[in-house]
Amino acid sequence: MRITQGCFSFLPDLSDAQITAQVHYCLRQGWAVAIEYTDDPHPRNTYWNMSGLPMFDLQDPAGVISELNACRRANPGTYIRINAFDPTQGWETVRMSFIVQRPDSEPGFRLVRQETRGRSLHYTMESYAVARHPEGTRYRA
Amino acid sequence: MNAPEKARIDTIDLGAEFRDAGIAEVLEALEHDLVGLAPVKRRVREIAALLLVDRVRQRLGLSTQAPSLHMSFTGNPGTGKTTVALRMAEILHRLGYSRRGHVVAVTRDDLVGQYIGHTAPKTKEVLKRAMGGVLFIDEAYYLYRPENERDYGQEAIEILLQVMENQRDDLVVILAGYADRMEHFFASNPGMKSRIAHHVDFPDYHDGELGDIAERMLAQWNYRFDPAARLAFAEYITLRRQRPHFANARSIRNALDRMRLRQALRLFEQGNPLDADALITLTEADVRASRQFASPLPATESDDVRDLDFDPERDTDRIDY
Repeated sequence: MRITQGCFSFLPDLSDAQITAQVHYCLRQGWAVAIEYTDDPHPRNTYWNMSGLPMFDLQDPAGVISELNACRRANPGTYIRINAFDPTQGWETVRMSFIVQRPDSEPGFRLVRQETRGRSLHYTMESYAVARHPEGTRYRA
Repeated sequence: MNAPEKARIDTIDLGAEFRDAGIAEVLEALEHDLVGLAPVKRRVREIAALLLVDRVRQRLGLSTQAPSLHMSFTGNPGTGKTTVALRMAEILHRLGYSRRGHVVAVTRDDLVGQYIGHTAPKTKEVLKRAMGGVLFIDEAYYLYRPENERDYGQEAIEILLQVMENQRDDLVVILAGYADRMEHFFASNPGMKSRIAHHVDFPDYHDGELGDIAERMLAQWNYRFDPAARLAFAEYITLRRQRPHFANARSIRNALDRMRLRQALRLFEQGNPLDADALITLTEADVRASRQFASPLPATESDDVRDLDFDPERDTDRIDY
């Protein structure tokens, strides 16, 4: 099951040229770009691992792309996303976030039903990949 | 673009190319705004011409290796290295060899960290900021400190070299510094020397050129010399040159700043009503009050130079520690 989080996630995966163009847009807006990765893509897992510090004062996407490639080499088979943080007063938040790498196979999520008092059901989601293997080996072939 | 169609054209108008690129005005501005520096201007022209020809060759389908654009600017302080670096960035930008055309000026402190593991992220951050433009490293020889074998400068140099080699399209590095120390720096870092294609040497200004520079600075600030002051200033330049810590145009700027101070005080103490002319004009007295005239022999009074004449440039020579 293809995970859809952030911008462009219903589109085919972005090519490097498209990623560069999007990062260029972010930098033109004056946003700081950060790279994050995880192998636990639960929708409620907002805090992914940071790959290096957010990059402030960049003029050109080349720096982001070289960091992204370094992150891809270091973390193959994980989800990697690019966040763009808008520091202007009143926003001060992530304005754009999109996935730039995903594992080859995404087994998806299972609906967990928990029966509680009075036969009522609590529902939650559990990732097959996360349940199957410990952290760091979840999406390795 | 329509490359195959262009490839069939077998003549190209270089003049038109030159105009289209819009570098004509940059080169003209360089020629016009900067006094002297004839060899530097020539080198900049050569580089611009090479890049232009390369671009045309590419369009004709003649494969050329991407030119190496890293440069080293050597010369004494105040000879215009930073200014020319800014113009160079502009030229590279117009010719499409630099995507953004901005200049990130750094020194050792911005690249080298203070403890183990601090240098690499610091250097990389600066490199990332400079991507798409020009990284100008002032006094680059301070990166290399042979007397301290645990110095982190070497680490910065290695990262720098790697990026200079692998990301040539993304970044142009310009190293700047005094000629003799740069020579020493290159001698101890042959990898650095071989990756730098263009070595540009900035000559010292002649006395006449410094006079021109002074006039231009004053015009910019809406001041002018009266004729006697002009003559006195020419004399001042000759005397100042013999002094230690002479920094060409920068010394001139500082001297002019001090003359403006004297003029302001003179006007203030005069107390009479002033007209615009008095506010604009620097007189001979303002120039001659300089201590250079009081003690024209540099050797005899070199000790108390420091106390008498405030010159902020005097201490720019950094202490090696």
